[in-house]
Amino acid sequence: MSKERAEEFFNTFKKTAEFVKELLHDNERLRFQLARLEEELKSFKNKGESLDAHAECHQKIARLEAEKQELLERFKEVENENKNFAEKYVEVENENNNLANLYIASYQLHSTLNFKEVVQIIMEIVINLIGAEIFVLFILDEKTNELTPIATEGLELSEVTNVKLGKGTIGKAAKTGENYFSEIIPMFESFEQDLPIACIPLKIKERTIGVIAIYKLLLQKERFTELDYELFTLLAGHAATAIFSAKLYSESERKLSTIQGFIDLLTK
Amino acid sequence: MASINILVVEDSPTMRQLIVFALKRLKDVSVTEASDGVDGLKKLSNNKFDLMIADINMPIMDGLKLVSLVRQDAKYKSMPIIIVTTEGAEEDKKRGLTLGANAYLTKPVQTTQLISTVKELLKLQ
Repeated sequence: MSKERAEEFFNTFKKTAEFVKELLHDNERLRFQLARLEEELKSFKNKGESLDAHAECHQKIARLEAEKQELLERFKEVENENKNFAEKYVEVENENNNLANLYIASYQLHSTLNFKEVVQIIMEIVINLIGAEIFVLFILDEKTNELTPIATEGLELSEVTNVKLGKGTIGKAAKTGENYFSEIIPMFESFEQDLPIACIPLKIKERTIGVIAIYKLLLQKERFTELDYELFTLLAGHAATAIFSAKLYSESERKLSTIQGFIDLLTK
Repeated sequence: MASINILVVEDSPTMRQLIVFALKRLKDVSVTEASDGVDGLKKLSNNKFDLMIADINMPIMDGLKLVSLVRQDAKYKSMPIIIVTTEGAEEDKKRGLTLGANAYLTKPVQTTQLISTVKELLKLQ
């Protein structure tokens, strides 16, 4: 009996040992599996992080692209603004130069009371600032109502005759007081007194005292410019005043010397 | 004291004023005026100039004669010369440049054009 029990106990012990062995084996397998799963999990985690970073990068790129686009647009805007400023600058510069020319012309016109010098300055302005090659300066004789040529450029004074007020292009310009400009500037062939390309009446308010008639421009000058029209306006007023003042001054000088002569006669 | 001396030889006082007025806009520039070629030569011999602007049609001595005489002077062999004139024909321009002028501008001259030519010849900013 005890032998049977011992055998039974031995068998049970053997089975238990096998079972423990099996358990240990399973345990080992499970450990290995766990380690593998942990490894996989770790890898999945890393993959997930990298995906997040990738998405973030995409967002960043999109944001930077938008910023770049914005900057490009702003750059374009600034470039256009710069272009406008540059154009404005050139415009202001030209305007300044024109004003300087007008200032000097007017300053020179009023720098003397000598009639001959005033006439000389008018001629200089028309040659140098307007660029006329052939022109005549007429002065109105209010007694005869005739325009008398007093200075010429590019032709002899003897080639020019008096003009009746209201007659022809020059006479009409003097009578109406309005500037005349020929619509086209024809090729100059010969001097024809009543075919000027421009007539500028010299006026003090509404009173015409003379006319500048231009027949030909300098070779390099094809047409009148904006500045020329401003110079014509200036000449119309300032040249007239300068001529008138110089005339008055010379008359008063003459009268003064006559009176002085009388006084000297009476007092001596 | 001005570091650039410019001589303007022009018989028309109005034109002279205009040129002087334009040149005064440049920094450190001193401008001397002469009314004809002879006057210009006198001033050139009494001073040292960095640039000369001259008209062609002038009394006593014209601008072309002045330019040719100036170029014979060793002191002014390399001084830039600008001719500013009413003579716009190509042969006049050629003559002026052949005689020794560095630039040939025709009247009515644009102030900006004159200034840029001066700056270019004097290598100014």
